[in-house]
Amino acid sequence: MASSSRTRRLLLQAGAAVTAQVLMKAAWAQPTGELAAAVAQFAGGQAVRPGRVRLEISPLVDNGNVVPMRVRVDSAMTASDHVSEIAVFNEKNPQRDVARFTLGPRAGKPDVATRIRLATSQQLVALARMSDGSVWSDTVDVVVVLAACIEGE
Amino acid sequence: MARTLIQLPATARRGEVIEVSALIAHPMETGYRPGADGRVLPRDIVRRFACRYNGELVFAAELHPAIAANPYLAFHTVATDSGTLEFEWTGDQGFRQVERRPLQVT
Amino acid sequence: MKRLSACWIAALLLGCAALPAAQDTRRSGFAEMGASTQAMQRDDAGNPAMLWVQDGEQLWRATPANARACAACHGEPAAMRGVAARYPAWDEGLRRPVNLGTRINACRQRHQHQPAWPAEHQELLALEALVGLQSRGQPIAPPDDARLLPHRARGEALYRERIGQLELSCMQCHDERAGGRLGAALIPQGHATGYPLYRLEWQALGSLGRRLRNCMTGVRAEPVAYGSEEMVQLELYLASRAKGMTVETPAVRP
Repeated sequence: MASSSRTRRLLLQAGAAVTAQVLMKAAWAQPTGELAAAVAQFAGGQAVRPGRVRLEISPLVDNGNVVPMRVRVDSAMTASDHVSEIAVFNEKNPQRDVARFTLGPRAGKPDVATRIRLATSQQLVALARMSDGSVWSDTVDVVVVLAACIEGE
Repeated sequence: MARTLIQLPATARRGEVIEVSALIAHPMETGYRPGADGRVLPRDIVRRFACRYNGELVFAAELHPAIAANPYLAFHTVATDSGTLEFEWTGDQGFRQVERRPLQVT
Repeated sequence: MKRLSACWIAALLLGCAALPAAQDTRRSGFAEMGASTQAMQRDDAGNPAMLWVQDGEQLWRATPANARACAACHGEPAAMRGVAARYPAWDEGLRRPVNLGTRINACRQRHQHQPAWPAEHQELLALEALVGLQSRGQPIAPPDDARLLPHRARGEALYRERIGQLELSCMQCHDERAGGRLGAALIPQGHATGYPLYRLEWQALGSLGRRLRNCMTGVRAEPVAYGSEEMVQLELYLASRAKGMTVETPAVRP
């Protein structure tokens, strides 16, 4: 009796874990096409692992011409373990590159902000290369609405 | 000389991580936009930003047309010694601008 | 009996003081922006409009062709506190209402003997932004000047007039449908609390006049000309419509 209830519990736990993984994967689509190629080129053969990176951007932007964006990485920034580079790529602008930032232990905090242009609703990927060569990522979907009035200048 | 807005604390404790922000007036012409005559205007952007703290590079950025006009950058650095932070922007059409700010570290 | 009636009077007076004023339902466009755009406006080190203010500070002290600087007559920019909040105002020389830009140009011509800057000239905007900043945080205070009344009334008539191929009036969107949507964009009430402002759509600083012209082009109407009587009359009406609201110059808007 005891062993079957234990088995049931283990099975339930395993099932829950699998379900949770499936749900998380479905939350955003994997980058494809040129965006995936740009990410792969940055990673240079390293596996790109989701996590440790947070790309902060409003999910619905006021105006695609000027969109505040912030990237933060989970790292203590010591001499032996720090972020050496952060890159941001986009999906639907004329070019994939947005910006690349060079950091190091003197940065203190891996926390950079800038303002970007987004041509339309699309996916963005932020990548961090660590001092040990590992590459981590965060992927975000942003909605950009165009101004309703064609105003001209 | 383009106008700039630079913010960092005047003083900091040794070892303290400070936030620095720098904004420069620049159109960041993408190279995709047609002008009044219908012809595409050539790209004219700031391509690189570097911050050197007492001569040592502590932060650099490579910018692309996807960066908004009047580019704004905010980053962090560890206050080590008193001295000067030097900010350098370089870009198309031979654009180059250098600004310096003092930092007192106690 | 005497004491009782005194109490009654006191109670009446207190009661009157305690009566709530009519609810002010006016909202600045600031309230309708996303948090990150609001943060851009609030941070003087990150608000791109401050680049123009910086220019304005230099121009304030500049002596074009050895003419007197603004500072020579006016002192420090802080002496302009409250000025922008009172514009548009009556100009004795031109004998009509003028907005701040026209007034600055008039000063430039009369006292510095320099040609007027054209509309939306970067240096004119820089000085407008500098002077406007000195009123930041103050209530919009259109002057109580009888000479302005017919112009303000004309401005209101223009605000209510249907224009353009789309035959829309300012009122139909910004009074009747404020809070609603045009496409995906939220329709603001359209209070001119922060001009000149950095508009993300322009990626530059611009005046209220530029924004009004944009709107008119948007409804396929012939936009009012810069410096025209109609433009300042509209601005005059908008100032009275926003009376008491806080000056936000130099603001940021989508």
